[in-house]
Amino acid sequence: MIIFIYDKTFEGLLTAVFDAYSRRTFPDLLLAEGEPFPLFYDEAIQIYTDDRKAERVWKGLERKISKSSLSGLTVTWLSELPEVDMLLFRYIRKAIDAPATIEFNLGDPDILETAKIWKKVNNERLRVMQFFRFQKATDGTYFAAIAPIYNVLPLVLPYAQDRFADQQWLIYDLKREYGYYYDLKDTIEVRFKEKDSHLLTGLLSEDIMDKDEKLFQSMWKEYFKSIAIKERLNPRLHRQHMPARFWKYMPEKR
Amino acid sequence: MDEKVLEKLKILAESAKYDVSCASSGTSRSHKSGAIGSAAGWGICHSFAEDGRCISLLKIMLTNYCMYDCAYCINRRSNDLPRATLSVTELVNLTIEFYRRNYIEGLFLSSGVVRNPDYTMERLVKAIKDLRLIHHFNGYIHMKSIPGASQELVNEAGLYADRLSVNIEIPNEASLQALAPEKDFKSVFAPMRYIQQGVLQSAEERKRFRYAPRFAPAGQSTQMIVGATADTDKDILHLSSALYQRPTMKRVYYSGFIPVNTYDNRLPALTTPPLVRENRLYQADWLLRFYQFKVDEIVNDAYPDLELDVDPKLAWALRHPEVFPVDINKADYEMLLRVPGIGVKSAKIIIVSRRYANLGSEQLKKIGVVMKKARYFITCRELPTQTVNEVSPETVRQLLTRKTGKKTDDRQLILPFID
Repeated sequence: MIIFIYDKTFEGLLTAVFDAYSRRTFPDLLLAEGEPFPLFYDEAIQIYTDDRKAERVWKGLERKISKSSLSGLTVTWLSELPEVDMLLFRYIRKAIDAPATIEFNLGDPDILETAKIWKKVNNERLRVMQFFRFQKATDGTYFAAIAPIYNVLPLVLPYAQDRFADQQWLIYDLKREYGYYYDLKDTIEVRFKEKDSHLLTGLLSEDIMDKDEKLFQSMWKEYFKSIAIKERLNPRLHRQHMPARFWKYMPEKR
Repeated sequence: MDEKVLEKLKILAESAKYDVSCASSGTSRSHKSGAIGSAAGWGICHSFAEDGRCISLLKIMLTNYCMYDCAYCINRRSNDLPRATLSVTELVNLTIEFYRRNYIEGLFLSSGVVRNPDYTMERLVKAIKDLRLIHHFNGYIHMKSIPGASQELVNEAGLYADRLSVNIEIPNEASLQALAPEKDFKSVFAPMRYIQQGVLQSAEERKRFRYAPRFAPAGQSTQMIVGATADTDKDILHLSSALYQRPTMKRVYYSGFIPVNTYDNRLPALTTPPLVRENRLYQADWLLRFYQFKVDEIVNDAYPDLELDVDPKLAWALRHPEVFPVDINKADYEMLLRVPGIGVKSAKIIIVSRRYANLGSEQLKKIGVVMKKARYFITCRELPTQTVNEVSPETVRQLLTRKTGKKTDDRQLILPFID
């Protein structure tokens, strides 16, 4: 068994692909630095992430598969699933080795699996776009907390930047403890050493809440209640469309 | 903004909720500097009400006072319910503040008819004009066009709204006249035609002048009530199909009738809305729009109503066993779409993946084909199985409509016996 050890970044994975081809040895297992080795193995190779190598693999892929499938690879990577690196490795290898594009061959288990994870991550992205809720703070910043199952915050940014371009906002991922802050010009990634209560609970405390915030939240709540037709209540469908894990940060369901 | 607005919001949302449409699709518009918001082309549902319906827009009436007395409508003048009117400022404020908090995609504005159609329409147009021009709201706006309003007002509304709609409500003129004496088909279809003219004209102008104004870029939609009158599904679907032939009609909605009063005996006294029938109508609607079905294939004189226990596509397949089984690895796209259990997505996936290798039933299952249904109608790489021609259509129907609960063993060969 051959093991590649790398730094668990996407560039690292692409570098691993490059090194594998140049050494002509292909890994059976990809491990992060510090992860325990399996009991038996033949060789462990350390991969040093190199942007130039990663770039070359990416360029090579651009010739093999379409733009949308390429972005699909990065989206799949953001799923952060434990086996996803090996899956993508196999996908990329198949793409490089085949004379024509393999991206539509959904009869192949790796390609179908990648397509499925891609879809799952995309769905999560859509759900975050649907269900994140801003709360206005006294300084005029709109704050939203999310806790998605996949790391989709970077994928939600284009939407937020386009739509909320004339207000300052902070969208914060409570699970992965980072967020993006938009100051009417640029969006910057932020991490906080000391966390205020809203960075832990996801809800603004009343002393830093804008004076009208409470009112609009209760109005939205009231609207939400009034718009449902009593004769048609369908709690199962309701939960299916709007999974309960999002409710914590939505005023209408709190 | 205070508690009074909260009360009004409650009343006016209650009055608006029977409008089914809440789509925010059809317009793609990115942010403009100095304006608020954008419109995502595919539409986003920001919440789901407890009845499972999408909440994408702030669906509200400007006022629920109404001079008409349409039997099926909750806001008819003889109904005793709290009435309210929003001021334009209140409406604008609500919309923008909700929008900034990512609660909504935009506004769905409708109104009861006060004084006369033109007066009402003018007030609606004024509201959305303010929202667009003074407050620079760049999100989605769906506006109801009032039946009987003049062409000038419809033309003005189209400049500010993304979608305009006029509800037909009752699919045949005689029933409409009986239930809503102040309305007739002419008053409903005239604004529809104005909208269509506006859209086509603006499309023509935009070919010549790039910055010519867009007119209701998301087209128009309409709604029909199901179950309030004796009309069959054939009447309803033929009307829908005729509407879809028109260039700007994007969606026809079907709304299961819910009694909104107890005293009017022109209407049936239903205890629960006809939800299954409504669902079947939507399925048939999908067949018309995405599955290349003709309306006559779904409902005709021999089958004027959709069957309630099987979906319309399966019903069609059971009536036409002679076209099956379909060979998954050879059939063209149109034919794949006709197989029960294969949707648009799986049909497309089948088309692209079968270039690489023949597909088998295991792969079809993974692709997303509902094999439980599809297996009676297809052949694939494997040895032929029992298709609808070997076991009869009646048996397939029995097998597929059997009540779930008793789990059968899939690995076991099932020999159907007909008694």
